[in-house]
Amino acid sequence: MTRRQNILAIGLEIAVPVLLLALWWVLSANSKTFYFPPLKDILTTFKDTWLFKRVGSDVVPSLERMFAGFFIAVVLGVVGGLLLGLSRRARRAAAPIVEFLRAIPPPALLPFAILVVGVGASMKIFVIAFVCVWPILLNTIDGVIGVAPTLRETTHVYGISNRDRLLRVMLPAASPQIFAGLRTAVSLALILMVISEMVASTNGIGYFVLQSQRTFAIPEMWSGILLLGILGYVLNGIFVLLEKRLLRWHRGARASALS
Amino acid sequence: MRRLPDRLLPWASVLGVLVLFELLPRVGILDSANFPPISQTLSTLAGQVVGSDLWTAVGNTLAGWALGLGIAAALAVPAGILIGSSRLVYRSLRGVIEFLRPVPSVALIPLAILIYGSGLQSKVFLAAFAAFWALLVQVLYGVQDVDPVATDTARSFGFSRTQRLLRVTLPSALPYIATGLRIASAVSLILSVTAELVIGSSGLGRSINVARSGGDVKLMYALIIATGVLGLVLNTALVAAERRVLRWHPAYR
Repeated sequence: MTRRQNILAIGLEIAVPVLLLALWWVLSANSKTFYFPPLKDILTTFKDTWLFKRVGSDVVPSLERMFAGFFIAVVLGVVGGLLLGLSRRARRAAAPIVEFLRAIPPPALLPFAILVVGVGASMKIFVIAFVCVWPILLNTIDGVIGVAPTLRETTHVYGISNRDRLLRVMLPAASPQIFAGLRTAVSLALILMVISEMVASTNGIGYFVLQSQRTFAIPEMWSGILLLGILGYVLNGIFVLLEKRLLRWHRGARASALS
Repeated sequence: MRRLPDRLLPWASVLGVLVLFELLPRVGILDSANFPPISQTLSTLAGQVVGSDLWTAVGNTLAGWALGLGIAAALAVPAGILIGSSRLVYRSLRGVIEFLRPVPSVALIPLAILIYGSGLQSKVFLAAFAAFWALLVQVLYGVQDVDPVATDTARSFGFSRTQRLLRVTLPSALPYIATGLRIASAVSLILSVTAELVIGSSGLGRSINVARSGGDVKLMYALIIATGVLGLVLNTALVAAERRVLRWHPAYR
C-alpha cells in the first residue's frame, strides 16, 4: 500500500463510523416510530440512566456476578487444564464428560441452576462459571500438550522439580493458548450475565433492559442495549491490551527465533 | 490391581459418573428432590424418545437453528469476501465490525420481542444476528490469509477480478469458512435455546423451563440431556461434513 492509500485508509477508518452514527442521528431525528426513537432521545436517556444513577443498583451487581463467575472459571479451568494436560490417561477418561457438558447450550442449564441453587446471585455466578470453564480448560490442555518436546525433555534432564516445571515452564509456555481461552470465556460471561438476569433477577443490566421493554420504556431499553454494547467492546479491548502486554515476551521470543 | 486398558478409560469414567448420580441421591447425600437417581431420569428420557413431545420441541429448536445459521451464512460469506478482498473497504468498516462484533446479541432480545413478537421470527433474528458476526470474522481472516503469490499468479494469467474471487480467494478461504460455520452453528443453537427460554418461543428451551416450573424434575433433566445430545450431534455432523467436503484441501490431508 502506498503512503497516499494508507492516509486514505486511515481517513476512511475514522470517517465511516462517524458517518454511520451521523446517519443514524439524522434518519432517526424526526422518527415517530415508537420502537425506534431518535438517537438524541436515546443518548439523553443514557445520560440520565447510566451516568450514574443506576450504576450502583444495576451495573455494579451485574459486573460483580460476572467477574466472580469468570474468576472461578479461570481457577478451575487453568488448574484442571494443567492436570489433564499432563496425564494422557486422565485426558482420555475426562474426554466424554467434558465433551458432553460443553455441548449443552448454556441457557439450557439455567433452569437446572435455578432449581438447585435458587434465584439469587450465587445461581448467576454458578452458571457463568460453569459455562466459562470449558473454553479455558480446553485451551489450557491444548497449550500444555503443545509445549515443545525439547522443553519438556530439557526440564527432565536438568531434574527440575515438578512444581517448578508446572509453574515456571508449562504454565508460561501454555499462556498464549490460555489467553485465547480467556477471551472466549469473557464474552461468554457477559452473555450469560445478561441471560441469567433476564430469566430470574430483581436487578442488573439484563433485568433492566427486559423490564424496560415490558413496560414499553423504549428509550430506556435502547440505552441499556447501548450500554451492553459498550461493555462488550470495552471488555474485549481490555483483554486484547492485557494479552499484548502480558505476552510481549512471547512475541519477542518468537520474533527473535525467526530472525 | 491391573491397570485399565486405555481404550476402556472413557467408558469407565462415564460409568463412574452414572453410578455416582445413581447412588448419591439414593443414600441421601444429594437431595433426591433436586437430583433424582439417574436411572429414573434416563427412563423418563426413554419415554420422551418414543413419544412425540420431545421431537416437536427438537424440531422447533432445529428450525430456529437452521434458519438462523442459513441466513447468517447467506449474508456473512459474500459480505466477508467482498469486504476482505478490498483493503480500503476493509479498513473503512473495520471499526464498525470491531464495535458490533463483541456486542452480546442477547442484549437485542427486548428489541426482537418488540419487532417480531415471541414466535419463530424472534428466535431466527437473534440466532442469525449472533451467527453472522461469528462467521463474518472467520471469512475475513480466511480472505486475508490467501497466498499473495496465488493471487498475483492468477492476475498475471489474466484472470478477471470475479474469476480471481471464485477460483483463488474462495477455495483457499474455505477452511476458515468451515471453522466459522462450526462456531456459528453452536452460536445459532445457543441463541435459539436462549430465545425459547427468555421469550418463550416453542422448543427445547421453553420445555425445560416449563418442566422446571411445573416441578417435573426428571423431565427437566431428561430434556437438558436431550439438548446436550442435540448439540453434540450437530457439532459431530458438521465436523464430518467439513472433513468430507474439504478432503482435497492441503490442511485436511
